[in-house]
Amino acid sequence: MSAHSYNDPRRPVPFHQKLGDIDWLLVGLITAIACIGFAMLYSAADGSFSPWAGRQMMRFVIGFGILVAVACVDLRVWMGLAYPAYVFSLLLLVAVEVAGRVGLGAQRWIELGPLQLQPSELMKIALVLALARFLHGLEPGEISRPTRLAVALMMIGAPVVLVLLQPNLGTAMLLALCGALLLFLAGLSWYWIGPTVAAVVVAVPMVWQFALHDYQKQRVMTFLNPDTDALGAGWNITQAKIALGSGGIVGKGFLLGTQSRLNFLPEKETDFIFTMIGEEFGFFGSMALLVLFAVVIYYGIQIAMKARSQFGRLLAMGITINFFLYIMINGLMVMGLIPVVGIPMPLISYGGTAMMTVMFGFGLLMSVHVHRGVTVPRRSSGMI
Amino acid sequence: MASFEAKDKGRYASFTRRSLLLTGGMTAIFGVLAGRLYQLQIVDGDRYLTEAEENRISLRLLAPPRAKILDRFGVALAGSRRNYRVLIVPEQTPEGVPAALDALEKVIPLNDRIRVRVLKDAGARKPFMPVVVAENLSWDDFARLNLDIPYLRGVQPDFGETRDYPFAEELSHVLGYVAAVSPEDKAANVAAPDPLLEIPGFRLGKRGIEKAFDGEIRGHAGASRVEVNAYGRVIRELERKPGQPGQDVYLTIDQELQSFIYDRLKDESAGAAVMDVETGDLLALVSTPGFGQRAPLLRRQADIERVRIESDHKPLINKSLAGFYPPGSTFKTVTALTALDAGAITPETIFNCAGQFSLGSHAFHCWKKGGHGGMNVRSGLKNSCDCFFYQVALKLGIDALQAGARRLGLGQTTGIEIPGERAGFIPDRFWKQATFKEPWQLGETLVAGIGQGYILTTPLQLCVLAARLASGMQVNPRIVHSLGAQKQPRPAVEPIGFSLDALDAVRQAMIAVANEPGGTAYAWRITDPAMAMAGKTGTAQVRVITKEERSGGVRSNESLPWHLRDHGLFIGFAPVDRPRYACAVVIEHGGINSHPQVQLARDALLLAQKRDILGRPPAYPLNSAAASL
Repeated sequence: MSAHSYNDPRRPVPFHQKLGDIDWLLVGLITAIACIGFAMLYSAADGSFSPWAGRQMMRFVIGFGILVAVACVDLRVWMGLAYPAYVFSLLLLVAVEVAGRVGLGAQRWIELGPLQLQPSELMKIALVLALARFLHGLEPGEISRPTRLAVALMMIGAPVVLVLLQPNLGTAMLLALCGALLLFLAGLSWYWIGPTVAAVVVAVPMVWQFALHDYQKQRVMTFLNPDTDALGAGWNITQAKIALGSGGIVGKGFLLGTQSRLNFLPEKETDFIFTMIGEEFGFFGSMALLVLFAVVIYYGIQIAMKARSQFGRLLAMGITINFFLYIMINGLMVMGLIPVVGIPMPLISYGGTAMMTVMFGFGLLMSVHVHRGVTVPRRSSGMI
Repeated sequence: MASFEAKDKGRYASFTRRSLLLTGGMTAIFGVLAGRLYQLQIVDGDRYLTEAEENRISLRLLAPPRAKILDRFGVALAGSRRNYRVLIVPEQTPEGVPAALDALEKVIPLNDRIRVRVLKDAGARKPFMPVVVAENLSWDDFARLNLDIPYLRGVQPDFGETRDYPFAEELSHVLGYVAAVSPEDKAANVAAPDPLLEIPGFRLGKRGIEKAFDGEIRGHAGASRVEVNAYGRVIRELERKPGQPGQDVYLTIDQELQSFIYDRLKDESAGAAVMDVETGDLLALVSTPGFGQRAPLLRRQADIERVRIESDHKPLINKSLAGFYPPGSTFKTVTALTALDAGAITPETIFNCAGQFSLGSHAFHCWKKGGHGGMNVRSGLKNSCDCFFYQVALKLGIDALQAGARRLGLGQTTGIEIPGERAGFIPDRFWKQATFKEPWQLGETLVAGIGQGYILTTPLQLCVLAARLASGMQVNPRIVHSLGAQKQPRPAVEPIGFSLDALDAVRQAMIAVANEPGGTAYAWRITDPAMAMAGKTGTAQVRVITKEERSGGVRSNESLPWHLRDHGLFIGFAPVDRPRYACAVVIEHGGINSHPQVQLARDALLLAQKRDILGRPPAYPLNSAAASL
């Protein structure tokens, strides 16, 4: 089996060979993390597979299939699909804005027949794909040219603004950060980066004053001082910290978390599920999960480093960054270090769209791995 | 192609550098997460564990049953009764609380007031908290309710505890009552707070024995540690510590005697006491009218004031301990004993009574218009001659007289266990000077000698006076015999310190009062010589008799409106040869010719003797009383 065979479109690599090239250790790690999620959902339902753990397992099985399927599709196909996927996602975002139904006070879903679609989740993948493709086509240093940078910034800015309008501060932040980091990796000049960081620091108070909704300000204020409103908006943060802290070193034991079982923990099956792990398995348990996450991220970076195409590298890093940002924002949030923004813990939190997006992302990462030897000309537009 | 490769190499190098930088950033963030976990779970873990336990565990107090109060024969005077009631648990009603009330109304009567209250309570509380719909259901209603319970979802039959006073009227002033905890009660408990007071619906002793021994009767709270969820619903009980029930209080009261006296006085405004002359044990302590179960209903101070003002019989005043009456002629025993003891007179000393006694320009009248003629201490007491005692008092002087009165227990509280006792009043020179800025007048000594003027006493003090005259000992009253099995300490009784001859002379005179023809109480004597009583009558004027009225004949009490009639008083003891029981009766505005107070004292002393200690059932812890036989 030679890597070169991947480079010859006339002699497609057989499916079974691609399966063999998948890094099953990484897949195993992902599965292990998902299993921790099942266990916590089982515990959150007071020792029952319904309503959460069972459905989540079904979703994982489907997601697993998606991962393998996506991994086996040629990287150049994904490159070719990058722009259409981006445009499609952008249109869906506009559609929720226009016709989306109101859920939880924010317009986030769109119904396609029986499917409930969250376009902002799709956009997380599509933006990475599109940016990777765009940046792949640039000469070294070209990204620092204002015209190119403007295009890239528009590609990032359009979905961020649409998601902000929903309003979904967390996802918008995640998209913006992910896009910015890809530009950074693509070699954006420090002359751009320095002033921008400075500008952001200046802009934060102005955004606070003019751009944030009252409920968003409320969240920030409550976050800064949760005790002032311990039974109202500060409840989530206070109870999450109690749950985490009360786990101590080894935790209260599986199915024995009192904060979750007695419903003191809000949204324990979704955004705040990490606190359950902290409560039932303590410092050791939560650190073990963080280590597993770190290993997965390390794998992702390794895959990016080994890819021979800039598209592959940027795609792998983009997916990894996305995964990392999920963990970072959710972790900082449940530990009371940043305000509560609705970002789930990937692979662990209950939720269909997030699971599919994450598994699709890992599929792309694995595709980069499987097709790491493929070289793609700078001017290539991929293949469809 | 080569240039592409070269360019890509440059790109790759830059990508690698920045990836490593980014990896460093990510590692730093993971470090922050790990550090935060360390801080929350290891450094502050104990604090958060405590907070989690506080979240989870709720302490529910268990009220112990309130102990009983019993009389000396073991008759329950206050106990707890099951109170049948019906509750509604809002969340269990399939069609809401109003529909459940409609269904319930077909079984037991409900009115609109109940409806409004239930709906208000149900709205104010969590849906799983039961709301009391009706209390004190009759057994019939309760039975019918239980029969229909399968069709009344969300309705719960239940029983609570209600304080029950089988002799509510007779003993209301002795026992007091229980009522809801007031903010003042809580304030008074700040030093050593009893968690029981926090229980909703907990009732606390508010008067009488219920108040004085509330701590003992109340017992100690038990606790149930329960696990609750975030909505306050109880998930399970973790631990239960049963409370410690309070101690039963055995009173020295004889319920039959108490009820007997109360029945005779219930239409009067009166106070009475019967006491063991050796031990001070009170067999009866009556104040009429009683307030029965009505006082707890008078929740607001304004209501209490209204009853005080509107009822001339003043049911809320415990007259036996806090009613002030001039002792009238009963005080002559004090004047006589003090004068004999001080040597101011001898039993043979004779003073003349001409119907009035002149001091300076002022005439002091005897109740008998024509006068009694020559009187000694025996005939003076027997006839209750005022003029004789004017002269005795004049000879004795106010200083010795007031000291003697205090020695006999007047002008000071007796120390009985029931709260609210008042001291009465015995005047002296210093008080007069300090209050009126005038010196004491001789005429005031004369008036004091016959128990009028400034002197004020309570019926209980008069009973103590009678007991001290009878026994010659410094007895003090008490009403609580034992708490549970624990006998209350009984202080050693000292002799009163008056000479035995003086005491004997006064006793003989008091025997004459109630046993010799011409004695003021002869008509109402006890005829059985083994049970004969001695005593002293008294009437206390509540109005000024003008010179014009006196010359035209003093109006009879029967012809006056009730509130202007004299108070009728009597003190006595029996049996005469070896006194056991002392009695005092004061009937407000009862000073009429039939002397109901003397009749009552006679009957009470007779009944007390007939129910003597040998007839006591063993329920009463007897040892100390038996030892004194």
